[in-house]
Amino acid sequence: MKCALFFVLAVAAICGCGRRETRVTSGNKEQVLHVNNGAEPQNLDPHVVTGVPEHHLIMSLLEGLMSEDPHGITPQPGTAERWDISPDQTIYTFHLRKNARWSNGDPVTAQDFVRTYRRALTPSLASEYAYMLYVMKGAEEFNTGKITDFDQVGVKALDDHTLEVKLNSPTPYFLSLLNHYSWFPLHIPTIERYGPLYERGNRWTKPGKFVGNGAFALHEWRVNHMIVVRKSPTYWDAANVKLNKIYFYSIESSDTDERAFRSGQLHKTFVLPETKIDTYREKYPGLLRIDPFMGTYFYLVNTKKPPLDDKRVRRALAMSVDREAIVKNVTRGGQLPAYHFTPPGTAGYTARARFPFDIEGAKKLLAEAGYPNGKGMPPVEILFNTLETHRAVAEAIQDMWKRNLGIDVRLLNQEWKVYLDSKKTGNYQVARYGWIGDYPDPNSFLDLWLTGGGNNDAKWSNLEYDRLIQEAGRTADLAKRLEVFQQAEAILLDEMPVIPIYFYTRVYAIQPGVKGWYPTILDNHPWHKLWLEEVKN
Amino acid sequence: MFRFIARRFLQTIPVLFIIATLTFFLMKSTKGGPFDTEKATTPEIKKQLEAHYGLNKPVWAQYLDYMGNLVQGDLGPSFKYAGWKVTELIAGAFPVSLELGCYALAVALTIGMIMGFVAALRPNSAMDYVPMSLATLGICLPTFVMGPLLILTFGIALGWFNSSGWFFMSDRVLPALTLGGYYAAYTSRIARSGMMEILSQDFIRTARAKGATEWRVIFKHAFKGAIQPVVTLTAPVTASMVTGSFIVEKIFDIPGMGRFFVTAAFNRDLTLVVGLVLLYATLIVVLNLIADIVLVWLNPRLRFE
Repeated sequence: MKCALFFVLAVAAICGCGRRETRVTSGNKEQVLHVNNGAEPQNLDPHVVTGVPEHHLIMSLLEGLMSEDPHGITPQPGTAERWDISPDQTIYTFHLRKNARWSNGDPVTAQDFVRTYRRALTPSLASEYAYMLYVMKGAEEFNTGKITDFDQVGVKALDDHTLEVKLNSPTPYFLSLLNHYSWFPLHIPTIERYGPLYERGNRWTKPGKFVGNGAFALHEWRVNHMIVVRKSPTYWDAANVKLNKIYFYSIESSDTDERAFRSGQLHKTFVLPETKIDTYREKYPGLLRIDPFMGTYFYLVNTKKPPLDDKRVRRALAMSVDREAIVKNVTRGGQLPAYHFTPPGTAGYTARARFPFDIEGAKKLLAEAGYPNGKGMPPVEILFNTLETHRAVAEAIQDMWKRNLGIDVRLLNQEWKVYLDSKKTGNYQVARYGWIGDYPDPNSFLDLWLTGGGNNDAKWSNLEYDRLIQEAGRTADLAKRLEVFQQAEAILLDEMPVIPIYFYTRVYAIQPGVKGWYPTILDNHPWHKLWLEEVKN
Repeated sequence: MFRFIARRFLQTIPVLFIIATLTFFLMKSTKGGPFDTEKATTPEIKKQLEAHYGLNKPVWAQYLDYMGNLVQGDLGPSFKYAGWKVTELIAGAFPVSLELGCYALAVALTIGMIMGFVAALRPNSAMDYVPMSLATLGICLPTFVMGPLLILTFGIALGWFNSSGWFFMSDRVLPALTLGGYYAAYTSRIARSGMMEILSQDFIRTARAKGATEWRVIFKHAFKGAIQPVVTLTAPVTASMVTGSFIVEKIFDIPGMGRFFVTAAFNRDLTLVVGLVLLYATLIVVLNLIADIVLVWLNPRLRFE
């Protein structure tokens, strides 16, 4: 042990250690941002990835027709400087900037967009997010092989700088949707140079090969460690981009993440471990951020399994959970207790329908269903994927159902993929689930529960609900459309195939030197709008 | 000796074949596939995806395809990290784990053998109790406690080292101590008992009777015998150290191979799992072979057979 200490001291002396300037301090001077991005990206090709870390990286490398507002979710002009919308709101004409360029100097043209969307929708590429493009006329048909002529898909280059997109129906969230990477343009000649265009496994996303039109260009990629992007001189708004470099680290462990932050190696953590939230609240409140996030944590109920096929039982379960206690004592990250499903304020929509926290009412419902004080009720099993937080929430709810309703509750945790399989095949009674909106619109939450929907693992079906969601899809009038969603959510909350628990928040630590970073509901922060300032201690 | 080595290598081939087969079918028998995600894509797209990777074929056909490629040295594409071949991922991560493993091994052997031999020379004295208590403590303190303790002390409180990352030579120190310290504890116990056993033998008494100095007794006569158990232990320990430790790599954010062992299984990234298992198995075989050769050299009574 003495030797170990000696070894440490010796190496420290050799390396000329001692307290050095941290990466954060030097980064603040040189406009170099160090952020933890949470995981190693699957790839940087927007057509083959699905995750959040990938989204953050791709946002720096590519720019869509629209761009994001650092304060919120209002789409801003991006590669398109302006656009016209037809009176029936189904034809969008985008006018691209003449000075928009790729990182190799080529101009960004309308044809680039058309060819990109063709690639995204080509079946052989099997792009998992291809369905994000289904609002476009003919897109679904082309992607599923019903039509093979891409000219029938509703996207056309009217000239080099004018792009026309035809939609199936008025889609009020269309401009927001364009900020999802599945809509970003790609430099097709580059992709073709490094492999087949319509196949996976293309190598064009490696450093030195990647060509993008974003504010930053790919500089270095060390797998499982970091990706470095550098300010792109060809970006149309390069004069207003302040950061010179961004280091995206792929630190997965939240404890390692927090330690790196504390030792001045990171400007921002990906998350903050629950166990650290209280410490930060007390000691470093200036570094702690808790932002609302467009996601719902809920329990999915298998509506095909008795006694849960009885809506009175489902309602009783939902009404007897003390959500305030859960967010205050268990999750502790400023989450909002959920008494409806769609997160409040999603594109101006907050559900009117609510269900109460009412233990007496719940008991009455359970008695009506034939289980007074839980007598005769078979045990209920809560399934969750192996994670400490999920267990803690499940244990709290187990206790509440036992105490309030007299129901025997069992807990079952499964490894992630096994849990997904059990959920998909309906091999569960009550399962933990979470949903993060893809785009800021109630549709992103409510269309989950359409009969036979790909994620409707509650196996719930209500024809009136289906009709309302479809009607909302056709309604161009904004107020009327939200009203239709109100009716649909009222049905959902009356039938309760899902038991909302809380609305997510994003909890992380950030250095005071980072400027231009505002809370946004999708947790997207346009990198080209950020800057760093030196902080005096 | 050449025949011995050649035969061992030939024996390895069926072993690797069986290991690859078992791993393949074990992975196939687990629930959930590489493309199951929380947000299900449409069934049509999922079918296209499975068709691209050949996952729509019957399992035996997939197995034959896989083995066919394997014989040609192609480990296939990673399912999770699209666009990367398994060989590329391993080629990027293995050198990192190998480097860390070598430092850790140096730490383990140096500290472990010195502590063990010192303890053996004065059994049941303070010289014995202190290092052996430290060793017991080292075995009881798992890497996930030791690592953060070192980071909190030398990384955060004193600011001598980065708390994580793999950029500078100084970033190697704390992980090497964490990983090596754990095995140093084991090594010291084995070195101690090895040395004590040798020192109690007749030829040592003879050497002492002939008036050899204590220094000469230990290094000329006892050393070769005393390190034999250490050499036997070192082979599998080296294999596990140079292939990376999931925990140490996670704690220090090191881009090595240890992480892949766990995450690939979680991701059902079959090709990556089989690739890693094969590499690990090969290393074990090779290192055991080296250990056997060294043992013969150390102990002339053993023969290659």
